[in-house]
Amino acid sequence: MLKKVVPSEAELERMEKEHGQWLEEYKKALKKMPERLNRFSTVSDLETRAIYTPLDIAGKDFFEDIGSPGCYPFTRGVQSTMYRARLWTMRMFAGLGTAEDTNKRFHYLINHGETGLSTAFDFPTLMGYDTDSPLARGECGKCGVAIDTIDDIQRLFAGINLEDVTTSMTINPPASIIWAMYIANAENQGFSRKRLGGTIQNDCLKEFIAQKTLMLPPEPSLRLVTDTVEFGTREVPRWNTISISGYHIREAGATAVQELAFTIYDGITYVEEGIKRGLSVDEFAGRLSFFWNSHIDFFEEIAKMRASRRLWARIMKERFGAKDPRSMLMRFHTQTAGCSLTAQEPYNNVIRTTTEALAAVLGGTQSLHTNSLDEVYMIPSEEAVLIALRTQQILADEIGVTHVIDPLAGSYFVEALTDKMEEEANAYIRKLDDLGGMVAAIERDFPQMEIADAAFHFQQQIESGEKTIIGVNKYLSERPELEFVLKIDDEIERMQVERTNRFKESRDKDRFRKAMDELRRRCEGPPCWDNNVMPALVEAVRAGATEQECCGLYREAFGVYTDPGTF
Amino acid sequence: MGKDRKLRILVAKPGLDGHDRGARVIARAFRDSGFEVIYTGCHQTPEQIVNTAIQEDVDLIGLSILSGAHTYSFPRIMELLKESNAEDIRVIGGGIFPLEDIPKLKGIGIREIFEPGAKLKDITDWVEQNISPRKAVAFEGK
Amino acid sequence: MDIVEQIVSGNVRATARLLRDIDDEIPSARAILKELYPHTGKAYVIGFTGSPGVGKSTLVDQLATRFRKEDLTVGILAVDPTSPFTGGAILGDRIRMQRHFLDPGVFIRSLATRGHFGGLTKSTNDMVNVLDAMGKDVILVETVGVGQDEVEIANSAHTTVLVTIPGMGDEIQAIKAGIMEIGNIFVVNKADREGSRKTIRELRNLIELGAKRRNGDDWEPPIVETEAVKSRGMEDLHEAIRNHRSFLLSTHTEKWREVLEKRARIQLMEALREEAFRTILARMEKDGNSFDLMVDQIVEKQSDPYTLVQEIIAKEMG
Repeated sequence: MLKKVVPSEAELERMEKEHGQWLEEYKKALKKMPERLNRFSTVSDLETRAIYTPLDIAGKDFFEDIGSPGCYPFTRGVQSTMYRARLWTMRMFAGLGTAEDTNKRFHYLINHGETGLSTAFDFPTLMGYDTDSPLARGECGKCGVAIDTIDDIQRLFAGINLEDVTTSMTINPPASIIWAMYIANAENQGFSRKRLGGTIQNDCLKEFIAQKTLMLPPEPSLRLVTDTVEFGTREVPRWNTISISGYHIREAGATAVQELAFTIYDGITYVEEGIKRGLSVDEFAGRLSFFWNSHIDFFEEIAKMRASRRLWARIMKERFGAKDPRSMLMRFHTQTAGCSLTAQEPYNNVIRTTTEALAAVLGGTQSLHTNSLDEVYMIPSEEAVLIALRTQQILADEIGVTHVIDPLAGSYFVEALTDKMEEEANAYIRKLDDLGGMVAAIERDFPQMEIADAAFHFQQQIESGEKTIIGVNKYLSERPELEFVLKIDDEIERMQVERTNRFKESRDKDRFRKAMDELRRRCEGPPCWDNNVMPALVEAVRAGATEQECCGLYREAFGVYTDPGTF
Repeated sequence: MGKDRKLRILVAKPGLDGHDRGARVIARAFRDSGFEVIYTGCHQTPEQIVNTAIQEDVDLIGLSILSGAHTYSFPRIMELLKESNAEDIRVIGGGIFPLEDIPKLKGIGIREIFEPGAKLKDITDWVEQNISPRKAVAFEGK
Repeated sequence: MDIVEQIVSGNVRATARLLRDIDDEIPSARAILKELYPHTGKAYVIGFTGSPGVGKSTLVDQLATRFRKEDLTVGILAVDPTSPFTGGAILGDRIRMQRHFLDPGVFIRSLATRGHFGGLTKSTNDMVNVLDAMGKDVILVETVGVGQDEVEIANSAHTTVLVTIPGMGDEIQAIKAGIMEIGNIFVVNKADREGSRKTIRELRNLIELGAKRRNGDDWEPPIVETEAVKSRGMEDLHEAIRNHRSFLLSTHTEKWREVLEKRARIQLMEALREEAFRTILARMEKDGNSFDLMVDQIVEKQSDPYTLVQEIIAKEMG
């Protein structure tokens, strides 16, 4: 049986002949009617041919490169059962206005079948500022929920069983602080930190590369990330302490290969930092998770996700000598591509999102957010969110794609594209090694420039019509009025400031001061368990420290980073 | 002398949103049209933007914003330009805006709003047609 | 108030506008420069040069903070390259100076090279004079930092700081190749990096080699280690600059005179070149002697540039 996957020389010869004959026919036919495009390529501008044959995967070894689901190198999936036993977690990214507004949205989603929570914070929270900061003017609750204190966190998760549901929190430079608030609040509510499950994004490297939620320079940022990894390993064993994210890298304009390579290299860097801290790979690597963007090019995305599992497994085994198979698992969340949505004819976004979600499912994702059709304008309305959630449920329960594991394995094209993704990502990984690692590369603006070049190239392809976006550069359309529009009241800013001020006045001043002194002492000391910020943070936020107060201390201790912004 | 004055443009991102893909792409397009672009990166306050525009003596400020905080930052920038007697510095905006906000923004003096899907060429053409470098400082001599 | 009075009284808008006119080579700007000149001579000018990525902007930013602590006002000129293909430029040095955007005691201007080589722009010296007349106590000039021949700054600044980082082998080569002489102070930035000992050692050897050529009472360039992003080493750098300044001013007054002469010489030369060229061109135009016509003659091999220049000089200046 397996001989068919690895053809014999005689068979190869016959295939080549056959392929040559077909090519003749094809060229002949094109004389009558030429190809529609000058060049066929993926959205990342990877050229694709008319057909793929066994020749494209000749030399591949089924056991080494493809294998079975749940088995090394995990090309076909991280579990042996995949969606036949348990579907992916339907985790809709949500956050708007005040903690109460978002809590209401959480309950709405759970009531409609969502199976995991995902929190979007507003920009001041993401950047480490309280609502009353002058830099936060006009931003409160606009792009997510405004969180200043543990009090806000308590309201955010009111009525939710935190031992039952897993919570993802998209927060980066202040991740340690928000996580400390989550843990302290959960314990205040009677839950055990040992049983809490969820994810903090906490991926500082991709902030320098792409998303630019910047606070501290790279080295202290890595130190804080490693503090959370160490604390999680010892104290919160079910928590994923980093969600190593390609999503934002892709949204900034990267190609699929760049997303794959830079993200995996970020992962390599976090593993190296953990080892430097004195942890063994198998102690913590199993809690690292990943986050991919599912863009509009269907097969490219599936190939990227399949390649990502194989790449990571090989790196963990070969580069880091991991022994535990759990350390080699590339478990990932996926979000459909925000940047593929259009403001023109927004209902078409449902079709885009559906296609991208289908690619994520066929790529074997562990959890999924589907964008709402109005997300190109604003935080989604309840009506639009429901369509997006229902999209996942239809894919899961109606169309049958969940019945067979990795159904595209063995497709000449998908396997060849998976190989190509791995190969090109490896070339970037070698380049980053040569540059002296990711931090050195970031300081030289290498990944930033690669992405900026790709983004500019794509924009030029759109303008020249080489790539098509319906409603934007083909079948042009005006932006319509939407029937449902979510508005965030500017008034909540004032209310939130008042609330935080009252909270600060009511706290025990001595306990607060003592906690902050301990946090400062740990920040200033050399990185090690005795100076790990997490235990001190849990006490500080319980004693009433606001997010900005903790970040202020970080800024003083570690310095402030601004984007080099070169072109 | 026979040389043409160069157009100077400030590309700025007000507010805390760090999504600079659009700002970076348009900065390149402006450079490629022969303009001098001052790029200040993300996370700028209205005060910082206006001070920069004045010190750099730009003809135009291009604001890029995706967060919805334009309801605060755009009017504030216009107000500060007025207070600084710098209303001759013109302002355009790019990004995502609720439809009903667009006439309001034009009402406070924002010259043009470019929405998602706008072509780079449309933007650079608009600038070439509508914005010219200011006149030299008058000086009688002694 | 006319523009001269406005600038001398520190008006930011007026200053910014004049700088633009100078950059655009507007003739009336030269008349204003003439009026401003009596108000110059008070500022201390510090130049920063070194390859891209060594952290010049961050150092300038940190040093500005340090000078502000002494209540000194600061002018900053930061040069970035103009694209040779489109004539446009993206000027991004300000990004690392954001904390000063709201400080009325700091004036920052980004400049594009506009085809000029040597690390500065054609008009940098004139702009330094404007910031000086405007009342800035210290003027920090950051060169473009793309080439290895950025020696112009040495003729513009009182103190020239040469910045490098560990692990840049090429940098040391460039220093050997000639820009060594222009550095009054050497900064090894990012000094926490691997290889920093080696870089410092190599620099020290070079300085000692140079010392053999210098007189005994010459300034010996110090090497300052900094980590600009963490504000480390800034006191040392500040002190090194102050030491160099007092070396010039009090210990060796003839050195101060040398610096003043050097700066005057380059400014006179630039002004002469500019004015002579402009005058000749204006006369040619008046006489109906077209520049373009001469270009045609050269292309068609009817004449050559050397003969034509001789003819122009004889005719217009004779």
